[in-house]
Amino acid sequence: MKKIEAVIRKSKFEDVKQALYDAGIEWFSYWDITGLGKSTEEQIVRGQSFQSSFIHRRMISIVVRDINLDKTLDAILNSAWTGETGDGKIFIYDIQDTIRIRTRESGPEALFNKE
Amino acid sequence: MKKNIIFIISFLALFSSVLSAQNATTAVAPTVNAGDTAWMIVATAFVLLMSIPGLALFYGGLVRRKNVLNVFMQVFIIVAIVSIEWVICGYSLSFGSSKGFLAPFIGGFDWAFLNNISINDLSPYFISHSQIGLDGKAIGTIPHIIFIMYQCMFAVITPALIIGAFAERISFKGFFVFTILWSVLIYNPVAHWVWSADGWLFKLGALDFAGGTVVHVNAGIAAIVTAVMLGKRRDYKRHAIPPHNITYVVMGAGLLWVGWFGFNAGSGLAADGLAGNALMVTHIAAAAAALTWFIMDWIIDKRPTVVGVSTGAVAGLVAITPAAGFVGIPGALVIGMVVSIVCFCMVAYVKPKLGYDDSLDAFGVHGIGGIIGAILTGVFASPFIQSAYSGAIYGNFHQVLVQLIAVLATIIYSGIGTFILFKITEKLVGIRASDKHEAIGLDETQHGETAYNNFD
Repeated sequence: MKKIEAVIRKSKFEDVKQALYDAGIEWFSYWDITGLGKSTEEQIVRGQSFQSSFIHRRMISIVVRDINLDKTLDAILNSAWTGETGDGKIFIYDIQDTIRIRTRESGPEALFNKE
Repeated sequence: MKKNIIFIISFLALFSSVLSAQNATTAVAPTVNAGDTAWMIVATAFVLLMSIPGLALFYGGLVRRKNVLNVFMQVFIIVAIVSIEWVICGYSLSFGSSKGFLAPFIGGFDWAFLNNISINDLSPYFISHSQIGLDGKAIGTIPHIIFIMYQCMFAVITPALIIGAFAERISFKGFFVFTILWSVLIYNPVAHWVWSADGWLFKLGALDFAGGTVVHVNAGIAAIVTAVMLGKRRDYKRHAIPPHNITYVVMGAGLLWVGWFGFNAGSGLAADGLAGNALMVTHIAAAAAALTWFIMDWIIDKRPTVVGVSTGAVAGLVAITPAAGFVGIPGALVIGMVVSIVCFCMVAYVKPKLGYDDSLDAFGVHGIGGIIGAILTGVFASPFIQSAYSGAIYGNFHQVLVQLIAVLATIIYSGIGTFILFKITEKLVGIRASDKHEAIGLDETQHGETAYNNFD
């Protein structure tokens, strides 16, 4: 089992969401993040434009079985891409175990609905 | 605003002849006009609505989330402290009379603690509605105490406008002392000059229907002086300081727009056609200014912004304030468009070029908007609104000169006075928040509270 965390553009969120559905991903979570570093983006406040180092992106988080890893990554890579600087990054982690609270079944079986 | 009082004298001559004709019967006691009084009570509430929550939301939305409570608190405490100051001495200093060479410059203490004023007294100030008192002098149609409370709301909102300049970096103690000093020593004299029957600018014929010079130029100049003296916020220019909640900004601008009907249409102190005109031109100027800002935003920055139209509407309301009782629709349209263009340039180009940190554009919108409005009042004042007053487009170029004198006098007095009071406050209690407090946020460090809490 792997956990995929991807930082993507907010403007690409709808595309990524659709691509994940099409790839058969049933459920993922996401949240808005603000990054702070050396790179900047233009922001306009009351007509005055700033180079802002606060950069707003969206993070999505998915736990998948190993057999689904590649198609999930492909879905994100293809849908989140614009070619411009700032398209984001994907992080992949090993998952030690998964337990479904309702039935207490564990392992990859707990990740999807069999019905 | 109380320009019409100058006609007391001419009316007196007329009415005294009427009175002498009535002499055989008994003189009629002056009475309260229920319609005027009802409207003025509502207008008073409207002007309070502009401060809390209108201005508090407008400014609170523009700051970062760590400082929003500090802004709300400043507006709230101004309402409380200035109202008390107003009944102690503010009203008397502004609208009372004094003897000797001080008379044109500041009132005395005859009405301190509202002494000598009974609830049955009629307002000595009036614009379009008046009647003859038992002593043969013209007198207003609303209770004196309602006039006092109405003016109290103006005294309240003026220092509240200034906080936009020093938001996010002032210590609460410094703000508190400065505001009290400023209200007593700057607001009261300027109000006396322009609105009191003894005031020198009033006698000069300066037109200021609802407070363009007294409120907006006065507060705007104090804003630029405090912003420069206090220095920039620690984060200014290091990165953008975007508004933390634009929905608040819109709600605040909306409440300001609504409240401004009381501010301007109430300044005629009567429920009549002049109030109707003030309401109409206020609305039209705000709409024209909002629309102009919206178009400039769209053309220059590619997309029309919500903060932009809100700011534009407020700029239009500021500029129409001195003009509301003197201009018609054409004047309102031009004033709305011109003020939006000038304020946009101030905020978007001049401010970054000069590098002063007027956090929420109290100077860029209120100071500049007030100056534009005051001068254009002298241009567009129309004899079809109040027959006694006309501006440059009706051939009376002198009026523009008078308006310029009024604006310059306010700029000089407010500028120098604010500078001195700032220095005094700095010596007494210190005025800038410490760098660490500024970084953590003023909500947490000045009040021990935070606005948005994640846990129950």
